[in-house]
Amino acid sequence: MKENLEKVIKEICGKHGNDRSKMMDIVSGVHSQLGHVPGEAMGLIAAECKAERIDVESVVSFYAFFSKEPKGRVVIRLCNDIVDQMYGVQRVAAAFKEELGIDFGQTTPDGKFSLEWAPCIGMCDQPPAAMIGDKIMTWLSSDSAREIVRTLKECGDPSKLKHTLGDGNNAHELVQSAVSNNLREKGAVVFAPMELGAGLAAALSVSPTDVIKKMISSRLRGRGGAGFPAGMKWEFTRNAAGDEKYILCNADEGEPGTFKDRVILTEAPNVLFEGMTIAGYAIGSKQGLLYLRGEYAYLRAFLENVLAERRKAGLLGKNIMGKGFDYDIRIQMGAGAYVCGEETALISSCEGLRGDPKNRPPFPAQKGYLGKPSCVNNVETYCAAARIMEKGDAWFAALGSQGSSGTKLLSISGDCKRPGVYELPFGVTLKDVLERVGAEECIAVQVGGPSGQLVSKADFGRKICYDDLATGGAIVVFGKGRDILEIAHNYMEFFCEESCGYCTPCRVGNELMKSRLERIMAGHGESSDLRYIEELGLTMKTMSRCGLGQTSANPVVTSLKNFRSEYEKRVIKREDGMQPSFDIHKALETSEGITGRKSVHFV
Amino acid sequence: MSETYNFTIDGKEITGRPGQTILQAADEAGVYIPRLCAHKELCAHGSCRVCTVMVNGRPQSACTQPAGAGMVVENETPKLLGMRKQLIDMLFVEGNHFCMFCEKSGNCELQGLAYRFGIMAPQHPYMFQKKDVDASHPDIYIDQNRCIVCARCVRASHDVDGKSAFGFVGRGIHKKIAFNAEHNLSETKLAATDMAAGICPVGAIIKKRVGFAIPVGQRKYDTKPIGSDIEKR
Repeated sequence: MKENLEKVIKEICGKHGNDRSKMMDIVSGVHSQLGHVPGEAMGLIAAECKAERIDVESVVSFYAFFSKEPKGRVVIRLCNDIVDQMYGVQRVAAAFKEELGIDFGQTTPDGKFSLEWAPCIGMCDQPPAAMIGDKIMTWLSSDSAREIVRTLKECGDPSKLKHTLGDGNNAHELVQSAVSNNLREKGAVVFAPMELGAGLAAALSVSPTDVIKKMISSRLRGRGGAGFPAGMKWEFTRNAAGDEKYILCNADEGEPGTFKDRVILTEAPNVLFEGMTIAGYAIGSKQGLLYLRGEYAYLRAFLENVLAERRKAGLLGKNIMGKGFDYDIRIQMGAGAYVCGEETALISSCEGLRGDPKNRPPFPAQKGYLGKPSCVNNVETYCAAARIMEKGDAWFAALGSQGSSGTKLLSISGDCKRPGVYELPFGVTLKDVLERVGAEECIAVQVGGPSGQLVSKADFGRKICYDDLATGGAIVVFGKGRDILEIAHNYMEFFCEESCGYCTPCRVGNELMKSRLERIMAGHGESSDLRYIEELGLTMKTMSRCGLGQTSANPVVTSLKNFRSEYEKRVIKREDGMQPSFDIHKALETSEGITGRKSVHFV
Repeated sequence: MSETYNFTIDGKEITGRPGQTILQAADEAGVYIPRLCAHKELCAHGSCRVCTVMVNGRPQSACTQPAGAGMVVENETPKLLGMRKQLIDMLFVEGNHFCMFCEKSGNCELQGLAYRFGIMAPQHPYMFQKKDVDASHPDIYIDQNRCIVCARCVRASHDVDGKSAFGFVGRGIHKKIAFNAEHNLSETKLAATDMAAGICPVGAIIKKRVGFAIPVGQRKYDTKPIGSDIEKR
């Protein structure tokens, strides 16, 4: 057994060049072969890669898809995002539990199944959804959940699950997925048809610095949410000292409610890869990395094939389009960690480390992946770059609104008739968006995912753009009867789960915020709790190290700001200012039962 | 000298040298910026966030932010003091700290900061998390009830001692110190003479048999508040 383990580890490590920086791939390889990464394997991996055992253990313990303890051969990960909750995921959960005879977080005694909750898996437009191994199943019901378990009990192979195929490339032979695109509106930038190589040819016909000039004059800003001018980022990276530079693409969209990258990767991967290649040419890089979130593993073979076809067509590899430019792209898989969408955490993960963000400065443009100058952009940003080269900077700058040129992809879900992806010009009002998606009964909208803000009707006239309602693209609609505090609580649970734990305000602050909210929801809140929330939120925002902690109090802070009455009606107003944090009568119940009499002090 | 430059902290003119962080330049100038994870012999970590200052109006951790000419740094503003107090508070409620019978009492930097900030009792509720204690090593024991996840031991062991005895596992509130071993601390190469064994700011890493060698009352922060050594310069 031990010899066999050694052989397996040697083989997997060898496949990745015994390279410590490929720890994600190595651990993932061991995990898929053994179903977990036991302590013994950690020592062996460390020895092969000249790393320390603790380096391996820290990686295994960080990512949701890795485990030190044995997992079932099939892991069922049911998404517990707020939208899935709204669409009856608890009924699906009950069916899975009953059919498998285990609770969440458990593995069946025969070692065949594990059942887990997963944070948003990028399927909010088709809830409830689950990952069955790498397979995505959507629009689940308690019946389909039972059917899934029965099928798997017979064959044990998730790829044998029966389902209808999704539209577009979801039906491609290398995807074969049940996922639907729900691509509702195609705009001029990302989803307009593009001739293969058109953007790249235009870029290669001018100098790299001219490409950067075009990016700057197009006024393209990063689509991830922060909105940093893309051209400037490229320029910094180009001007940084060093010959070895990297292009990194952030396809780790994990913000609950976002799924636009999924549709780009499925329907417009060539636009993306073209943009990444143009960026490589512009900054002087030979290697690009697509960091693909683990939840989208079902797209990997398809994307690898697109890359292979591009190599065949001379659009990647040596001497691209005969212009003497060498560049290639590889895919780096993530393994279930939202924080890796933060650019420096993404770099850590690519380097085979825990997904901890790095200290800045130095910025990635100076010192990024493997300590080399690196340019990290969002999927959508690279797509826009390809279009800018194809159709011109002036064309792009004329789209959208003042200060926010181009279009924005919005992932819209929740209480609306037409959930899906919408590519709309910047400057569109939220009201207009809500009409398009069919959300007449809407009382609140989460704009920019949980790290954004929960806006009320008073703000529906505001515009989607960097200077007003800035968003990475996730929009969740809440209709009449939805509980604002429950929404905030679901999002706080998400951030507690996804904080990397590096810095104090995020690691501890999120827990404190969640428990104070729970106190209010349980009816024990007092008006001073609202002040506590505001003060705690400000500390988290000011003192946290990265964007996660700086925005993770937003679900509570912004819902309190915009729906204050919802909170006020749940807290007890007391003249003495005391906090009834627990129920004395409930606490005395047991002892009163034993003594057989009521307390004389607390009546 | 042409190499030096000036900036201000709370209006006071400070002279910095190239390559210095705000914290280092402030220390040299006798301006104390409270900190926990930072240590002058280790590379900056930037995790406790207690040293956060406002740099030209934006929050930055003083231990990681390079100082620069003309910077306007705010340190002791009521807003920052209040937020630092909250962070110190968070570190208390996250762990299980019993100062009255901790070997480190009086030498503990967390306790020292709590006194400096006038914290009598935490404003946040205790979490009462269950934490591990490891006494397997002949000369050292680890009580994670008192750990503040500052990574001083991790950095010292890796960067200075060259042993990598410590690392981190888990994430979020479950992030904790782990040992470079299958089972326990005794399997690591950690020795009591290592920097990692003596660098803990709190009572999480304690050398055995010397815990009360110096009596309470005669310890580092028993008579002078934490930071006064820097302020005296």
